[in-house]
Amino acid sequence: MPYPPELNRLIQLVEKTRPRRVEDKKMGKEFPALSLEERTKRLKYHPDHRDDGRRPIKVGSSKGYAIASEIVDMLESKSRVDPDKVDLSKMDYETDVLVIGGGGAGTAAALLAREEGAKVIIATKLRHGDANTMMAEGGIQAATKGWKDSPYYHYLDTLGGGHFVNIPDLVGTLVTEAPNVIKWLEDLGTMLSKLPDGTLHTLHGGGTSRKRMHSAGDITGTEIMRTIRDEARNFSQDITVLEFSPAVELILNEHGHCAGAILYNLETEEYHIVKAKAVVLATGGCGRAHIQEFLTTNHYGATADGLVLGYRAGVKMAYMHTIQYHPTGIVFPEQAEGVLISEKFRGAGANVLNIEGEQFVYEREPRDVESASFIRECRKVGKGVPSPSGKFGVWLDSPMIDSLMGEGTVEKEFPGKHILFKRYDIDISKEPMLVYPTLHYQNGGLEFSSNGKTSVPGLFAGGEVTGGVHGQNRLMGNSLLDVLVFGRVTGKNAGIYAMEEAKEGKLTLDHVRAYHKGLEEAGIETNRISPMLLPDYSSEEVRKRRLTTRYQGTLL
Amino acid sequence: METKEKNPEKDATERESIEEVPTVPIFIMGKRYDVPDSLTIQKATEYAGYQLIRGCGCRGGICGACGTVYRFPDSPKIEVGLACQTLVKPNMYLTQIPFFPANRAIYNIEDLQPSVDEIVRQYPEILKCMGCNTCTKSCTMDIEVMEYISAALRGDIEKAAKLSFDCVMCGLCTARCPAEIVQYNIGILCRRLFAKHMVPKSEHLTKRVEEIEAGKFEKMLGQLKEMDKDTLKKVYSDREIEPDLSEEYWTPSDKSHL
Repeated sequence: MPYPPELNRLIQLVEKTRPRRVEDKKMGKEFPALSLEERTKRLKYHPDHRDDGRRPIKVGSSKGYAIASEIVDMLESKSRVDPDKVDLSKMDYETDVLVIGGGGAGTAAALLAREEGAKVIIATKLRHGDANTMMAEGGIQAATKGWKDSPYYHYLDTLGGGHFVNIPDLVGTLVTEAPNVIKWLEDLGTMLSKLPDGTLHTLHGGGTSRKRMHSAGDITGTEIMRTIRDEARNFSQDITVLEFSPAVELILNEHGHCAGAILYNLETEEYHIVKAKAVVLATGGCGRAHIQEFLTTNHYGATADGLVLGYRAGVKMAYMHTIQYHPTGIVFPEQAEGVLISEKFRGAGANVLNIEGEQFVYEREPRDVESASFIRECRKVGKGVPSPSGKFGVWLDSPMIDSLMGEGTVEKEFPGKHILFKRYDIDISKEPMLVYPTLHYQNGGLEFSSNGKTSVPGLFAGGEVTGGVHGQNRLMGNSLLDVLVFGRVTGKNAGIYAMEEAKEGKLTLDHVRAYHKGLEEAGIETNRISPMLLPDYSSEEVRKRRLTTRYQGTLL
Repeated sequence: METKEKNPEKDATERESIEEVPTVPIFIMGKRYDVPDSLTIQKATEYAGYQLIRGCGCRGGICGACGTVYRFPDSPKIEVGLACQTLVKPNMYLTQIPFFPANRAIYNIEDLQPSVDEIVRQYPEILKCMGCNTCTKSCTMDIEVMEYISAALRGDIEKAAKLSFDCVMCGLCTARCPAEIVQYNIGILCRRLFAKHMVPKSEHLTKRVEEIEAGKFEKMLGQLKEMDKDTLKKVYSDREIEPDLSEEYWTPSDKSHL
């Protein structure tokens, strides 16, 4: 699916302005970045600021807090199980630490909990490693270079990106632990990109003041995920992995401490009881909720399960009113719609251009500002580039990277995307890409503290399911960092808690009963159940023909 | 002008009901379905009515959950692809292979040597490789699989690591290997051996970790944590930005917080 003639004509405009833009870049002349005041103004074009997109939650510990309607729907839903029918006296598994979620945070947590002597179960919805971590391309931030950078600057950049509302303690832990995480990865044998003498290769990201984006080619998340998963598999005697077994409810005990979870075997449709001394929620984000019907870069399983579980158990929501839309998702070809184009392209110097081939925004603004600028250019200014399927996008001028850094750079530095486009007869080292914002990251989530604890004793949380680290907007390279820093912190503290502090008690689902009562009292009458577990992408035509009146056994 | 973002997975359906979309017949595990010709195998399978549990992951070509084998009636060739990346073609008959049994060595990476002896000790079946190249032909990522297995057999761990770098561990090479080798597990062993034992350690990283352990940044971070928002905004706006095209050893003029 190469570019059709009408887009090729528009690409000529991009080519026309390119030599001038390359010269400017070489001279250090950049499109002016927005001031803090201008950023605030620009943000009114961001989807978070659309009033019709959110509504207040009517039930639970963050009652009255207005967040995305799609998420509120999930919170204003009943449990998948009837608490009265679950027999908590029959345990299927018993362990020290139960980690819910088998992505980057969960796997890091399992490894560190094990180091504290804990036996661990990882319960995960799909396969071990099926997670957004696997898909993170650009890199991981850490101030590892003493001659130009320090955690001080990393802290400042992170706060600036998050609009100065991040929780200071969480950011402090994030930036202080960052170099330790890179060291951990190096020691595990992760193929980080390095110069021949061992110096780590680093680039800029949006909103960074120093080049501190570490990477492993253009598949940083994949390399990290498969390496730590490999390490977990070396400890299979201590770390048991239950795949295709999402948690659908947390279990508390009579003291109000978290003491396990109910798992759902997706294949046999049985529910299993796991008793644990400590539980780590590491379930990731919510992209598959398709907020405001945006396309998403997220994994198939990113359905906000952990938010629902934690909220029903009493944990508050923090910063959930902000969702990150990644500025550069693919618009053309249609088959690859929504797929992420890493910020690393802009870090390497690629300009962003409108239909006239002209710049309208500096390419390395923080993500929300960048996205808002794209949306404004397309919807308000009217200089978006129309796609054949009736959408709009802006150009990301990848060929500029070859002009700046030498022919072959795009192919060498971005092999994954180069191949992807090549399948559609588009050579991104010669032709620009058409992009538009795509639902990418849950900035907020469950409230937690820098030691990984939530307000429920025995319940820990880490990674994308939590809120506060990134304030209202996350910087590139801080999510891989977040999952590893807080995955490790959480795992370690959950391990210590399980071995030293946990208090045994009778198991209960009273919190679920109470939550159901709360729904009733709030006047919410609904057949909705949550967590949703998996999105349904079957066609309307097929659904119309599914006429079974009553389901029996496992025949769906 | 408001344009509405669409859910990609819904699009094909919506179009179907609005206008005529060209469809092609495909055969999922032998059973015929007519699906829009612009879809990937993954979206076509869902369009046909499947709710995927196994065989679906990142939907972006990097997790290896959706390895798929297909053929055409008039061709002797077995073709492979990731379901989320491969477009449907008329009359393809296909099955996904979401899981294939594979053995995996248990090791402590710390104790291993990056040598051919080590590889053979962990995965002795590698010696049975007969050089048939079926693994390479089965690779959904166009990796020279046999080349990296040969490199590992020669003790060229670096080459094995680099050649296997794009592996998504979908397992199709292993499913088809007549010598019963688990190529992708050998691949990751080589990568870890290479990165752990052959690439020089980063000295600046070690130094920075020592500085953090010594508490060097606690005080300056403490100041930032206590700072009121307006001062913080000023410090942020005034911070020096490393130029895009700076040299590796660029240094800022203000070195007081390094």
